[in-house]
Amino acid sequence: MTAVHVAIENVSRRGFLHGVLATGGLVLAAEFVPMRAALAYATGAAKFSGGVVSDPHVFVAIDKSGIVTIIAHRAEMGTGSRTSLPMAVADELDADWSRVRVKQSPGDEKKYGNQNTDGSRSLRHFIQPMRQCGAAMRHMLEQAAASQWGVDIGEVQAQNHEVAHKPSGRKLGYGDLAAAASALPTPPPDQIKLKDQAAFRYLGKGNVSIVDLFDITTGRAVYGIDAKLPGMKYAAVARAPVLGAKLASYDGTAAMKVPGVEKIVVIDGTPPPGKFQPVGGVAVVAANTWAAIRGRDALVVHWDDGPHGAYDSAAYKAQQEETAGKPGKIARNDGDAEQALASAAKTISAEYYVPTLAHAPMEPPNATARVADGKCEVWVPVQSPGNTQEELAQKLGLKRDDVTVNVTLLGGGFGRKSKCDYVLEAALVSRAMGGAPVKLVWTREDDLHNDYFHAPSFERLDAGIDGQGHVVAWRHRVVAPSIRSIFVADPKREQPGELSQGVIDVPFAIANLRCETGEAEAHSRLGWFRSVRNIPHGFAIQSFVAEIAHALGRDPKDMLLELIGPPRLFDPRKSPGAEGYTNYGEPFETYPIDTGRLRRVIEVVAEQAGWGRQLPSGHGLGIAAHRSFVSYVATVVEVAVDDKGKLTVPRVDTAIDCGFAANPERIRSQIEGAAVMGLSIAKYGEITFKNGRAQQNNFDGFQVARIDEAPAITHVHIIPATIDVPSSGVGEPGLPPFSPALCNAIFAATGKRIRRLPIGDQLAS
Amino acid sequence: MIKLRVNGREVSFDGDPSMPLLWYLRDELALTGTKFGCGVALCGACTVHVDGQATRACITAISDVNGRSVTTIEGLDPDGNHPVQRAWRTFNVPQCGYCQSGQIMQAAALLATNKNPSESEILNVMSGNICRCGCYQRITAAIKAAATGA
Repeated sequence: MTAVHVAIENVSRRGFLHGVLATGGLVLAAEFVPMRAALAYATGAAKFSGGVVSDPHVFVAIDKSGIVTIIAHRAEMGTGSRTSLPMAVADELDADWSRVRVKQSPGDEKKYGNQNTDGSRSLRHFIQPMRQCGAAMRHMLEQAAASQWGVDIGEVQAQNHEVAHKPSGRKLGYGDLAAAASALPTPPPDQIKLKDQAAFRYLGKGNVSIVDLFDITTGRAVYGIDAKLPGMKYAAVARAPVLGAKLASYDGTAAMKVPGVEKIVVIDGTPPPGKFQPVGGVAVVAANTWAAIRGRDALVVHWDDGPHGAYDSAAYKAQQEETAGKPGKIARNDGDAEQALASAAKTISAEYYVPTLAHAPMEPPNATARVADGKCEVWVPVQSPGNTQEELAQKLGLKRDDVTVNVTLLGGGFGRKSKCDYVLEAALVSRAMGGAPVKLVWTREDDLHNDYFHAPSFERLDAGIDGQGHVVAWRHRVVAPSIRSIFVADPKREQPGELSQGVIDVPFAIANLRCETGEAEAHSRLGWFRSVRNIPHGFAIQSFVAEIAHALGRDPKDMLLELIGPPRLFDPRKSPGAEGYTNYGEPFETYPIDTGRLRRVIEVVAEQAGWGRQLPSGHGLGIAAHRSFVSYVATVVEVAVDDKGKLTVPRVDTAIDCGFAANPERIRSQIEGAAVMGLSIAKYGEITFKNGRAQQNNFDGFQVARIDEAPAITHVHIIPATIDVPSSGVGEPGLPPFSPALCNAIFAATGKRIRRLPIGDQLAS
Repeated sequence: MIKLRVNGREVSFDGDPSMPLLWYLRDELALTGTKFGCGVALCGACTVHVDGQATRACITAISDVNGRSVTTIEGLDPDGNHPVQRAWRTFNVPQCGYCQSGQIMQAAALLATNKNPSESEILNVMSGNICRCGCYQRITAAIKAAATGA
């Protein structure tokens, strides 16, 4: 049984203010089973919930006028996947992009495949299925035309939105063929022929702007916070300020006196490990957002802080430092690093620290929910609509099919919006309001106080140098709490998946190499932040390489290349202790660790940046390279530090090898943005805790880089690759090399070595 | 009763006079192009024009704009083709896009009073607008282009 395709409304171009809230879409037969993709190369996609779907009956609709509507099933938070994946479909379909519309799917992983927009996976896992989808639809259009003309399919060809019969010169537009084509079964994979790379119209070209560009520039683009429903109430919440704190008592008298406030609703918390559950709190429901916030602020709430109420991040850091000075639990152990360090002609040691960070997407967490009549419908900016649907169903005791998750644009995500606690809050409040629709908005203070924070990491590195100046021993100790602590009883140290982000996969040709973890308890909710543990690991390792170079009187780039060693495939799973290396969930055969590719990005960026060039006084160049999310990135930062210690960044060069570059224009934007976020982390990024409570409230305490201090220019150098080279991550990998490259540049400029982030006033003289 | 013009239209409000213009625009008028980012004039996402001046709507009480004229991103140009908007599209400035209404309104206010700003003037005026995605170098380029009509 195949789907009936109907004309559906466009949400991407016309920009109805609330178009995303409208109903409608593809009409699908209930017993429809989507076709699964047959892939040219294996990826880890099948391991994620929903796996991969490539069926055009799911993703493509063509109306009589020829308008092609393509489903975007991944969330759009700024990476461009909502454009790039439909673009892959349109290219294989040979559609005219001006007649393509994009429609966002709701959360439904059974139907669309995995939707968890995280881990830099959208293009990596779905470029192949989306190409197949487009090619299958093209085949169906050709089949329909051939049937209508009574000719062999081999005599017809789809091109630029029409199918032509070459011998007779007859042509039919896609709109003319839509009904007949849509009624055909999806062709089996062996009948689908993908385009040769030379025939691509959009893939690899960078000639397509994001589908929401006009709407964004005119204020019509709809984010979660813009949802509006008839009769909607507004809510703000006073949340548990300490991990695991319980509500002791509250007095809502003053809150209820605020004009517009209608009701107070208690949201139950979940003791750690709380996964994506609400932390618990007291919600104030009102007639508008302002009244809800004022009412919330007027609440008098007492908390039973519990065991984390004594958490002090400065004392915690001191404890981490002490732990890093002692042997830890082995995570990788090649050769005998202890012996090699003991017998080395020279040893070099250094300690590095990256503090707690907050995501702070410009759109704070928010959700609009309506829970009534045994059904739940939400309008939300979420990275993981499929998981949100599951969590809502569980929380509300509903069947999954009775939960509808409408996905809006996300005003930034960076990992924060993978966790749907804020959606569950809105649903609980709507239910408590008897089914009235409720929009629940977090203020910036709420966002910074109750984030799923990026964990603070203290790392110690020791290197042993032999008499010839070669590094013969490497020991890396990581003392940081684990993100796993939100899912299971706190393991109190980084876990294999975290150590696989730069520590145990360090691709250095050093015979005696040992990685250890030290104990570190989690005292706040933790979560993944853009590039995750690669941030502190990359900072420590790439800073340390430059320190070794300096100690040995070597050029930092040459030292880095020497440590990486010759081009080869390196498999950490063969090292004792590192058998659990996770490779970002990818099969090693498709995405090996290829030191040749890592070397190449270093060589390319060094050449493009003019490594070694003459610089004005007070300027310096620094280099760093890091493989993450199975992509290879190297960055050269030029820094200028004036006599007062004020730093500016005149220029950044970054080379990225992400396999086939599907949308080079968006790859550039991601890398440009990574330099700015990297600068924010390096200069300012820090959340501190006292009495278990985050101390920063807004963008004054938690500063981020502004335009007048951002890198003046970031040059992006994309390593060319053919379509056969598996596409790899882009959203995250640009971030890890930035901070170490910057700090290495600062050292070159000033002789001051920054080992503790943020830089803050460390350069002030 | 507070009376004002929003995008050329007369409107009135008899609710809480302390309500920030931001929430009035968003919740009462459904003009959601103006964004909430910080609530304390630190990020610029809520920037609108009040009598032509770039203003942070999140700290401007509705009573403060009684009798005045407010322009939001929705009213900047009837067709969405203000030179700044066009330049934004030429340079593919946005990533997530959330802060861009405020950025565009701030840039448009700058060019209304300074037809050909220097780079340092651009950076100075735009430094109140945070973009967490980091679109800054394209913002600078787009403003320069909008100023020169390129």
